[in-house]
Amino acid sequence: MNIIVCVKQVPDAKDVRLDPKTNTMAREGVESIMNPFDRHAVEEAVRLKEQHGGTVTVISMGPPQAEAVLRDAVACGADEAVLVSDRAFAGADTWATTYTLGKAINKTGSYDLILCGKQAIDGDTAQVGPGLAKRLNIPYVSYVRKITGFENNVLTLHRLMDDGYDEIELPLPGLLTVVKEINVPRVPSLKGKMKAKSLSIKTLNAADIDANPDSIGLPGSTTQVVKVFAPEFKGERAMLEGTVDEQVEQLVNKLQPYL
Amino acid sequence: MLRIDIETCIGCGVCEEVCTFGAIEVVDSVAVVNEKCTLCGSCVDSCEAGALSIEAKEKELQTDIAEWSGIMVYAEFRHGKVAPVSYELLGIGRRLADQQKVPLTAVLLGSSMDGAARELVSYGADTVFQVDDSALEFFTDEIYGNILEDIVRVQKPEVVLAGATAIGRSFIPLVATALATGLTADCTQLAIREEDGVLLQTRPAFGGNIMATIECPFTRPQMATVRPRVMKALMPDSDRKGEIIDFKPDPARLQSRVKVLQSVLEEQDQVNITEGDIIVAGGRGLDNEKGFELIKQLAGTVGGAVGASRAAVDSEWIAYPHQVGQTGKTVNPKLYIACGISGAIQHVVGMQSSETIVAINKDPDAPIFDVATYGIVGDLYEVVPKLIDKIKEKRG
Ligand SMILES: Cc1cc2nc3c(=O)[nH]c(=O)nc-3n(C[C@H](O)[C@H](O)[C@H](O)COP(=O)(O)OP(=O)(O)OC[C@H]3O[C@@H](n4cnc5c(N)ncnc54)[C@H](O)[C@@H]3O)c2cc1C
Ligand SMILES: Nc1ncnc2c1ncn2[C@@H]1O[C@H](COP(=O)(O)O)[C@@H](O)[C@H]1O
Repeated sequence: MNIIVCVKQVPDAKDVRLDPKTNTMAREGVESIMNPFDRHAVEEAVRLKEQHGGTVTVISMGPPQAEAVLRDAVACGADEAVLVSDRAFAGADTWATTYTLGKAINKTGSYDLILCGKQAIDGDTAQVGPGLAKRLNIPYVSYVRKITGFENNVLTLHRLMDDGYDEIELPLPGLLTVVKEINVPRVPSLKGKMKAKSLSIKTLNAADIDANPDSIGLPGSTTQVVKVFAPEFKGERAMLEGTVDEQVEQLVNKLQPYL
Repeated sequence: MLRIDIETCIGCGVCEEVCTFGAIEVVDSVAVVNEKCTLCGSCVDSCEAGALSIEAKEKELQTDIAEWSGIMVYAEFRHGKVAPVSYELLGIGRRLADQQKVPLTAVLLGSSMDGAARELVSYGADTVFQVDDSALEFFTDEIYGNILEDIVRVQKPEVVLAGATAIGRSFIPLVATALATGLTADCTQLAIREEDGVLLQTRPAFGGNIMATIECPFTRPQMATVRPRVMKALMPDSDRKGEIIDFKPDPARLQSRVKVLQSVLEEQDQVNITEGDIIVAGGRGLDNEKGFELIKQLAGTVGGAVGASRAAVDSEWIAYPHQVGQTGKTVNPKLYIACGISGAIQHVVGMQSSETIVAINKDPDAPIFDVATYGIVGDLYEVVPKLIDKIKEKRG
């Protein structure tokens, strides 16, 4: 089974803050990491390879330093890595991203399965997986939490729903997005780390994938961010005064309508 | 491309400071951009000299943009029920439709949906397109996507909204890609700009640390998924008039490559914190598992449900279904009492729309007080028992 895993380098979301005065992002101490959901996608791909043979190729669209997450994925068991990188890709929304990844995947060769994370923690959109499947015209299943079998080129899966789960058959080639429950990712092995260090990473730019300049990056995007701001709150901040008994008394009076 | 006007640039280095991506460097007193630039625009806003700009190629408007009119809502139906988010979407959809003076349509897909379309009318829909077909018994991205796409192509609404549920977030991207238009995920605010009718779609990003407003200026429809329990449903009015139309899908569009073998309902935890009028929530300030007994006692006294912060859930003092916030549930009860919760942004986004918020925290600087209607600075182990007694006393 030849598998492609889409991985994205993201800033560690918990550290990202907007300075409410300047409305710019605080830069200090924000680390770049592999999108946590994608780590589970890589792990699942490596497990499938171990069971059924084949290769795992990781692919990322991003700036040159995104190479780091590709090497990280190789250290965790992926075989090949492709970096899709060009200044012209900057500012891509999910529409331009799926166009670019789709083109790049078509250049990369044949595949049986594509794995994505459920969502990337920077934008939290969860749109790239389904959008990419549509671009490639392959069936997909999102929120997969368990792969239960593989026979006659059909995967059986459990897909997480809001009220339970659905048991599903997906004929290959197809695409999955995975949630964290699907597995516990391994830590890189020594052998993997060595391989990651020495592996030469194939890089594709806009010309290499025959991208239409109008379809990539900011010009190719259908949506635009027009404003970013720190979340605002509307609390009245009425701090109650006095001894604890007095405060409790006041509170109970104020809450009378609800009690 | 980020353009730097070297004549105007004074080499002050503010942009270098501000860039989260390390993409700008001042070299020989002028800013120079490197390949790490993501065109996020932070530097442009920060440049006092006005030397920076993002050059967006003038994009062509889709030619028939003026022909797209009306607000359309995808009404989710599953396991014999309309999902509550559908009514919330009709609530916000009605407001947008009235502002634009256009009709509000709902699309209802499923099988054996007796009476559901009528319900959608009573919650505000002018027209309901329904497809009641055994091929729709189980949700499949392809079939649901095909039909919604086809209805959108015929109806040409300017806006299409769906719930940011497991279903909505899975198949709406397929529809948006098929229609070659933009989609904004998991919105928490929607408004239409008077001047040009553009939908302003606001949503949290970076795990809730940042809010972003997004628009889809060049293509139609403008599509968004909307977070459940953020928008308000209208009071249903069974006298409302509306038209129910059976849409006849092309049989070729009722094929799915993915097959659903069965759909399993999982035992929902008894707690459903998203319904009900009162929530009493506990956080790390409880200090241990036993603390939740006190929270449950207060909840019992006021007839409320028990909520929790992620810190409390991660400490395994209480199960995940109780978690409120960005990665838990969004709630908007009439009364929310937060005990020993600091008010981290990821918690607050899940409860800030509660009508009245009470915060009990021993740290007077805890951010939870910024969202609180009433705040008590004190040890919850002293305050909460007194509160319980007082309430009981008042009730006699
Ligand atoms: C991507 C992401 C998603 C997240 N999603 C969520 C989410 O969905 N929900 C969520 O809640 N969090 C979420 N978090 C975590 C969030 O950032 C906070 O870490 C968490 O909410 C803190 O919980 P807390 O307020 O209970 O604990 P703390 O921040 O430790 O606060 C404890 C508070 O209790 C007070 N206190 C201590 N003892 C007492 C006492 N005896 N009496 C009164 N007050 C006392 C302290 O003064 C303090 O303010 C998320 C984080 C990230 C990065
Ligand atoms: N730039 C990218 N390069 C590679 N994969 C990506 C990229 N952006 C998104 N993905 C994949 O799509 C998934 C969902 O991302 P998103 O739709 O941005 O939330 C991620 O978990 C990745 O698997």
